[in-house]
Amino acid sequence: MHNPQLTKEGKLQHLLTTEGLPRAILNQILDTAESFVGVAEREVKKVPLLRGKTVCNIFFENSTRTRTTFEIAAKRLSADVITLNVSTSSQSKGETILDTVNNLTAMHADMFVVRHAESGAAHFIARHVAPHIHVINAGDGRHAHPTQGLLDVFTIRRYKPDMHNLRVAIIGDVLHSRVARSEIHALTTLGVPEVRVIAPKTLLPQHVEKLGVQVYHDMNEGLKDVDVVMMLRLQNERMNGALLPSAQEYFKCYGLTPEKLALAKPDAIVMHPGPMNRGVEIDSVVADGGQSVILPQVTYGIAVRMAVMSILAGNSE
Amino acid sequence: MTTNPQIPNAEVLLSRLEQKLTPLIQPQTAIIGIHSGGAWIAERLLPLLQQAHPDCSLVFGTLDSSFYRDDYHQRGLHTETRPSQISFDVENRHIILLDDVFYTGRTIRAAMNELFDYGRPASITLAVLVDRGGRELPICPQVAAIQLELPFEQKLQLSRDDNNLLHFSLEANA
Repeated sequence: MHNPQLTKEGKLQHLLTTEGLPRAILNQILDTAESFVGVAEREVKKVPLLRGKTVCNIFFENSTRTRTTFEIAAKRLSADVITLNVSTSSQSKGETILDTVNNLTAMHADMFVVRHAESGAAHFIARHVAPHIHVINAGDGRHAHPTQGLLDVFTIRRYKPDMHNLRVAIIGDVLHSRVARSEIHALTTLGVPEVRVIAPKTLLPQHVEKLGVQVYHDMNEGLKDVDVVMMLRLQNERMNGALLPSAQEYFKCYGLTPEKLALAKPDAIVMHPGPMNRGVEIDSVVADGGQSVILPQVTYGIAVRMAVMSILAGNSE
Repeated sequence: MTTNPQIPNAEVLLSRLEQKLTPLIQPQTAIIGIHSGGAWIAERLLPLLQQAHPDCSLVFGTLDSSFYRDDYHQRGLHTETRPSQISFDVENRHIILLDDVFYTGRTIRAAMNELFDYGRPASITLAVLVDRGGRELPICPQVAAIQLELPFEQKLQLSRDDNNLLHFSLEANA
């Protein structure tokens, strides 16, 4: 089946999901990001690759970190950047997604970075844009958040370079997490032998084990001897439904405390895609502790997004 | 083993380059090699040049100019980029920029643009093993171990063996 993200020659045209992305392309993104880490440490933190190109960040759903890091990434590639918070603009006046995109195309945009609350929104836009335009999915519903997945994998690779000898645990609301899905696909494609998910049954998708993960419901079992502890954000709105009894109860069972972290390997790293709910899924002592790489994740996010944008823009037909 | 008389001996050229560069070293000199051939040459020359000038403390770096190339919009980003490594202050340094083969001058243009994003060097001296002719920009090496005319269809490729020795081979130009 044709992968809608790839050109006929198998090059990356859009980045919509890490699912089905060939290992060679994943590695190219991660290796290129490695070179961009150094660019941020220089006197001039810019390279000229996207000079004369216009990148449109279209955020139909709110975001601070993702939007800001995409904006910095595009600017460091010398692109002109426009950021639209569509949730507060024309959509509220009734304009359709395609009308918004077509208007921006008429303004000669070259790349769209799209976040939307509906799964499949970025795919939909990618199917309808002109062939010279590239689309990056910055999060669509529960489906995918490929640049977050890739920056997490990049962070893991920086601290634990031997990917073929790793045990990774992803903990929390896997059911609603587009980040978890993107991470799982990238990790398994790159040959990480053991990916665990740890969550109550109500926060796991049905048949999650088909993604190639091992399922645990108990932190004390699931955290044993892992190299990477990846916490997921518990979205507050989930508390109101029947999925969970209370934030306190959740923290007691699935919150990452120093005692629970001690079950992982002594050199295990702790990650979180942010924004964190301190005292709900993670204890402040752990979030700010020596094993936490949560802030490096943010820094590496810029390098990974620069890598994705520069690879895409170079693959124009 | 028969050797093609057209293919220069890289090790002989390396010694010649060392002799030509030795008198050019000054206290604020930095040796920077362009990935990958230039970086191999820089690695080999650094200890020899340092030995000849014990009073100068030489510094070493590598450049990969993929992010500055002028063929990006035609050919896309190089699939194998490597991080540039320049851990010293470029400001006011005398830079010796090393590459294996000088051809169109486009790689050097890109490398110099990148270098200036690290700071303003006092000077840049371009040194290469082979100047094969065919330049397309007003850039030329000040130091070349050999000048050699090669037809467009041929590419002179440097490789490094397990003993760190350098070898040239002739390949078809892509």
